[in-house]
Amino acid sequence: MPGSESAEGGTDHWWAQRVTAVALLILGGWFLYSIVRLDSFAYSAVLDWAGRPFNSVTLILLSLTLAWHSALGVQVVLEDYVHGPFITAVSLLLNRFAHTFLAIAAVVAILKIALGSS
Amino acid sequence: MNRTSRPLSPHLLIYRWPITMTLSILHRMTGVALSAGLIALVVWLGSIAFSVGAYATVAGFMDTIIGKLMLLGWSFSFFFHLANGIRHLFWDVGMGFEMRQVNASAWFVVVATVLMTAGFWLLFYDPRSLI
Repeated sequence: MPGSESAEGGTDHWWAQRVTAVALLILGGWFLYSIVRLDSFAYSAVLDWAGRPFNSVTLILLSLTLAWHSALGVQVVLEDYVHGPFITAVSLLLNRFAHTFLAIAAVVAILKIALGSS
Repeated sequence: MNRTSRPLSPHLLIYRWPITMTLSILHRMTGVALSAGLIALVVWLGSIAFSVGAYATVAGFMDTIIGKLMLLGWSFSFFFHLANGIRHLFWDVGMGFEMRQVNASAWFVVVATVLMTAGFWLLFYDPRSLI
């Protein structure tokens, strides 16, 4: 159950937060660099950019790493400010559900762009 | 009993709010803001996958004043969280803990954030439409 795992899972949380942080230095930097380098934000240009294999793969990596790092960060904020056993457990569960949804939605969107079925 | 005769600590009238506390709070606030930015990123990607019309709606909103202010906020948040995050990573390996270093790195983060945000918008923003 989320919220009761710090006794055994605290180190994992700490490490995962650091590893995703370092990955996001690269992936986040790549994303902003790519955005700046884009010639146009016309639909066809953005579709073409996101659909190139390297960009699709890196966008999926970015989305998953971002969702993971975000879930870990929001979890700490919730643990600090949401009190009460029931509401804490519910908020931590909703945090995981929401981030899982965002991660999978991003992957499906990028795959759809990459495979050209839109 | 005269309660004011004993020393009060911290003395509120001469207390100087340390820069390090501002940065600590900002790290958390920008982190939460970037979590909201993740939602926007997924909406943007989803609109590209979905249709020309959906993309036009999202890009059109981002082209308004409110949309641009949100992008400005997210870019500031990203660069701040990035710079201060690197500061945290140095602490994680046990470097930079002296008070002098902590304050110096704090101001370095402030300057780096302003420079990176300004640099990004100089490169990113030109008169072309977002649509």
